[in-house]
Order: sequence, then structure tokens, then C-alpha cells
Amino acid sequence: MSAEGAQIVVCPQGPLILRGDFEILDAEGEAVPTSRETVALCRCGSSAIKPFCDGTHKLKKFEMPRD
Amino acid sequence: MELPEDRGRISESLFEVLRTYDPDVDLSGLEHEAFKVLDSEDILHSEDIQIVLFVLYELHYRGFDGIDARWEWNPPLLGLRAKIEEQFEARLRQIAGDPSFSLGSAQDTARQLFALASADDGPSVSTYISRHATVEQAREFLMHKSIYQLKEADPHSWAIPRLTGRGKSALMEIQFDEYGAGRPGAMHSELFETTMRGLGLDSEFGAYIESLPAITLASVNMMSFFGLHRRLRGSIAGHLAIYEMTSSIPNARYARGFRRLGFDSPVTDYFDEHVEADAVHEQIAGRDLAGGLIEQDPSIAEAVFFGAQAACAIDALVGAHQLEAWGRGRSSLRQPKVKVEA
Ligand SMILES: [Fe+2]
Ligand SMILES: [Fe+2]
Repeated sequence: MSAEGAQIVVCPQGPLILRGDFEILDAEGEAVPTSRETVALCRCGSSAIKPFCDGTHKLKKFEMPRD
Repeated sequence: MELPEDRGRISESLFEVLRTYDPDVDLSGLEHEAFKVLDSEDILHSEDIQIVLFVLYELHYRGFDGIDARWEWNPPLLGLRAKIEEQFEARLRQIAGDPSFSLGSAQDTARQLFALASADDGPSVSTYISRHATVEQAREFLMHKSIYQLKEADPHSWAIPRLTGRGKSALMEIQFDEYGAGRPGAMHSELFETTMRGLGLDSEFGAYIESLPAITLASVNMMSFFGLHRRLRGSIAGHLAIYEMTSSIPNARYARGFRRLGFDSPVTDYFDEHVEADAVHEQIAGRDLAGGLIEQDPSIAEAVFFGAQAACAIDALVGAHQLEAWGRGRSSLRQPKVKVEA
């Protein structure tokens, strides 16, 4: 991982893993609370806890445009 | 915890021996007896042998009240454990089947592990808990889980000093989260204590040991076996990967089931936390931990996939045991009579 800033890992058929120094804001600019330092962001659209991943992509056979 | 009750002639003799420390204890007769027991019993379902293994492993974790701590490294005792472990490993390899994998990048490893985790689509405990379980069955479910969840993550921590590089960083990132990221009271084991107390259960480690059948003990003994052997560091990594990959979706179902039964936060916090946490952990465990280890040293792949396949196989047996009992309207516990204050 780079020394500063944040890192995003694109997981094939899965979420974006986000670690490092980041802040997640909703559409109103409010901070989305999270208790963990590394999060998984939903990319398939089916998570019940968006913006976070809840593993549902594994049931939906979600395919990405490209890996 | 207290030394548990014995469950047969091996545990009876051994637990008697453990009460008085003897550095030169002769256990050769007991070893011979244990082999005789295993001639006629499946080690995975042998109450006598699994409680013995549990006790021998527990000496390396927190020990037992009034039992001399020096037993942990007593050579005759370690010798007995090694003999039993040979049989345990052989049986685990049997139910796991030959490790099946192809070597590739870390992502290739993750993809194969995800496929393995999703291949098991038999009837699941999580679906049952979500839709049908009674409060009594929910309590039983927590009792089974408690023998691991009250020391959650500990068996995998044995691997930390045995790894280097990317795999080690990945394991640390997961474990840091499991242990509550340094926040007192936030360890996953502590969230589980809250869940247990919410259902009127005793959250002391080992409180329900007498009620747990051999197969439940075998599942946690397997983790200790993998964790305590450097030779099998790949297997404890493979186990963790499968454990994380089969967690988010079942935990969402557990949360639904416990809410259906009228419980809510903080009782459901353990499950809710795992929906979010393990969606992160499964990615790290599959790609960076298991995949990272194999990328660093391809010869470890066999151990990784043995651990992963054994994890799937044991989990299926533990689940089948509970579902079968509940399907017949019976308790899944070893002794159906358990005092519970609701
Ligand atoms: Fe956890
Ligand atoms: Fe986890």
C-alpha cells in the first residue's frame, strides 16, 4: 500500500475494498458512519446495507462490465 | 473454566491424571486404549476422544481451574495428543477429499475458494434459524457456536508469527477487526457474549461444554489442530478464508431470525456486525491471505485447500446434526436437559 492517502482494490465480481485515509459522504454531504478502517463498498447494487457490501453479489451472479 | 466431565474410559483416566502434575507420567497404556476406541468409533463422532482433544488443546489457550499449567508442554501428554492427531488428520483428509486446485495468481486462488464456499447449497442452519427456529432452538444454536465464538479468532492467531509478507498483513488486518480494532468491549467474542446474555444464557467460556456433542467439538478441535501446527499454517488460512466466505449471508439470516423471535440490538449486534465485517474479510482472506501465501510459496497450496475443503466438510456435518435433530422435534444438544433462565 502507498504510504499516504487511500487505496481502492477492485474485486472481480465483488465490492471495492477501501482502506487508508478516506471519508464517505452521502448525497447531502453527511458523513456515513463506519466503525472499521477497511470497508467494502457495494458495486452490484443489491446490498441491504449500502453503501457497504453485504455479500449479496454472490447470490446474484453479478457480472461486471470488465474486471 | 472447570475441567469438563469425562465421556468414556479415555477421558476418565486422562482427566484423573491431569489433577496431579506428574512430569514423568506414563501414558502408553492410555494411548493403546485410545487406539482401541478408535478402532470401533469414528473419531469425528467419538465423545470420548473429542473431549480429550478439546482439553489437550485448551491447555494452550486458557487452561482449567486448578489444573497445573505445566501440563501444556508435558512431553508424554504432547505424545498422546500427537498420536490422536494422526488419526484426526487422516479422518479430516478423508472427509475433505483430495485438495483440488490450480496454481495461479492470488485472484485465481480467491476465485477457487469463493467457488468452493458457494458449492455447498444443502439445507442450511441459517435458513432454518431465519424462518423456523423456536427460541429454544435459537438458544441451542448459540450454545453450539459459543465454544468457538467466545474465543473467536484465537485459533487463527497462532498462525501470525508463522507467516511473512502479504499473507501476514492480511491476517493482521482481519484479526485487528475481529478483536474490536483496539476498542475495549468491541471484540467479536464480546459481542457474542451480549447475544448469549440476551437470550438468558451464561456467557462464560465453556459453560455449556457438557451439552455439546462430539461433532461440535470436532469443528473447533480442527481449528486448534491447524492453528497449533506450523506445518498446517496454510490450512488455518484456508479455513479462515472459507469461514469468512460463508459468513455475511448466513449472519444476515441469523439477524432476521432473531428479530423474528422478538430480539433486537444489542442482541442482534453480533450478527449485524458480521454481515458488514465479513464482506470485507472474505475478500482479504481469499485474495491477500490465502492467495498471498500461495503466490509467495506455491508448495503451500495443498495445505490451504485441505484446510478449506475440511472446513466445508465439517461445517456440513455440524449443520446436518442440528437440522436433523430439530427436524425430528428433538434437541441437538448432548444432554437435552439444560437449565436456562429466560
Ligand atoms: Fe468475527
Ligand atoms: Fe470475520
